[in-house]
Amino acid sequence: MYSEKVMDHFTNPRNVGEIPDADGVGVEGNPVCGDIMKLWIKVEDGRIVDARFKTFGCGAAIATSSMITEMVKGKTIEEALQITNTAVAEALDGLPPVKMHCSNLAADALRKAIDDYLAKQKGAESSNG
Amino acid sequence: MNRIYLDHAATTPMRPEVLEAMLPYLREQYGNPSSIYTEGREARKALDRARDRIAKVLGASSPREIIFTSGGSEADNLAIKGAAFALKNKGNHIITSAIEHHAVYDTCRYLEKHGFKVTLVPVDSYGIVDPAAVEAALTPETILVSIMHANNEIGTIQPIAEISKILRERGILFHTDAVQTVGHIPVDVDELGVDMLSLSAHKFYGPKGVGALYVRKGIRLHPLIHGGGQEQNRRAGTENVAGIVGMAEALVLAAGEMGEEAPRQRELRDRLIQGILARIPHTRLNGHPEKRLPGNVSVCFEYIEGEALLLNLDMQGIAASSGSACTSGSLEPSHVLLALGLPHEIAHGSLRLTLGRGTTAAEIDAVLEVLPGIVEKLRQMSPLYDANAGCKAH
Repeated sequence: MYSEKVMDHFTNPRNVGEIPDADGVGVEGNPVCGDIMKLWIKVEDGRIVDARFKTFGCGAAIATSSMITEMVKGKTIEEALQITNTAVAEALDGLPPVKMHCSNLAADALRKAIDDYLAKQKGAESSNG
Repeated sequence: MNRIYLDHAATTPMRPEVLEAMLPYLREQYGNPSSIYTEGREARKALDRARDRIAKVLGASSPREIIFTSGGSEADNLAIKGAAFALKNKGNHIITSAIEHHAVYDTCRYLEKHGFKVTLVPVDSYGIVDPAAVEAALTPETILVSIMHANNEIGTIQPIAEISKILRERGILFHTDAVQTVGHIPVDVDELGVDMLSLSAHKFYGPKGVGALYVRKGIRLHPLIHGGGQEQNRRAGTENVAGIVGMAEALVLAAGEMGEEAPRQRELRDRLIQGILARIPHTRLNGHPEKRLPGNVSVCFEYIEGEALLLNLDMQGIAASSGSACTSGSLEPSHVLLALGLPHEIAHGSLRLTLGRGTTAAEIDAVLEVLPGIVEKLRQMSPLYDANAGCKAH
């Protein structure tokens, strides 16, 4: 039921773990559905230089988490904000229809991590000024 | 790689003896049992003999009490819809449990849309139905009670004989879905005191697509399938002769070896349960430790999700099952696990391993060898798991 790419990312997930001094952290999920994703990003000069994740969830949830960490590395914040859940699914050669809703949270988690980063930036600017 | 099949509650491999018994009816003995000429009479004879053998194993008083169906789901549907529609002038209330198989559960839900009222009796944390709770749920409108003999996910065996005593006194019809027990533990319709009982051949090493409903003499049922007069006008359609012959053969063989096979599986089951609980922390056994099917192991691993676990086991050559939402294509985890009182996130981490007559001690040990590593790998990936504290991080 899963594509080869999904199975590859599920079997050998990229960038599992935490970034202790992360610039942004985002959590997205639904305990009822059984998928919770936590994403850490490191940002330098407006560019995402590192991304790591931890995910509680099914094969699709783990694969989408892994895929998005690959997709965002090297992207500017503006570029990263353009990534959609659909784009992540497409990069994995598609997901089974039932998985599109509950297990495809990676872009939402990324957005929350970026929001967290931007909020911290704003906080830093106002305390500096 | 040698595969290790531990999903016998889902289906079992057909026994070679069963296939041998079926082959003549798939080849030269192709007659229709309803035909009056020689070929038809031969098929009729095979059908009658199969019905007789099945009736004897179940302790039915007459082979006429056995109605052949396409499987367990049809048997459940025929029992519940058939009885409800036949008795609708007597009352409109049906009682069932919170942990029934979907073939019963969804059938009752369907009847709710057609004017029937359904009460779901809860279960305790082991998944056992309290007979007193069934008694308390009775109303003057109650026409039918359906409680499964043993649960397909957690293996809990219900006190059917105790429940039937209560219902018999009041003359209320009692159906049990015995799909998981027939061929595995003793099932006698008189000892259980049930009026209707469902079974399915492929759960006891018979073919798929064939099952039966035991219906005690004198009980009226509306048929689901109208057409020819087969099965005493209760189930139209040319009989699946080969399948029915195979089912009878499989049942007689299973009943014959049950005395040795059930204790053997129980020992392997307990070795697997104890091994898992000893090796993997934050794990709980679902269902009752003793009142459970000989081959059923059901556990929940905290902080991980069942489908991810199944995919990893499959890559290690092990076939298993889960009550996780993600394996069933729905959002909610299994209603059975939720009925035990498990929170959603724990119910998502369930694993069911069901043993069979081919299961060996070496296979159990092989599972115990690889399972802890898989669980640990997924936990290391889980944001809910704090490896150092060994407890919930959120």
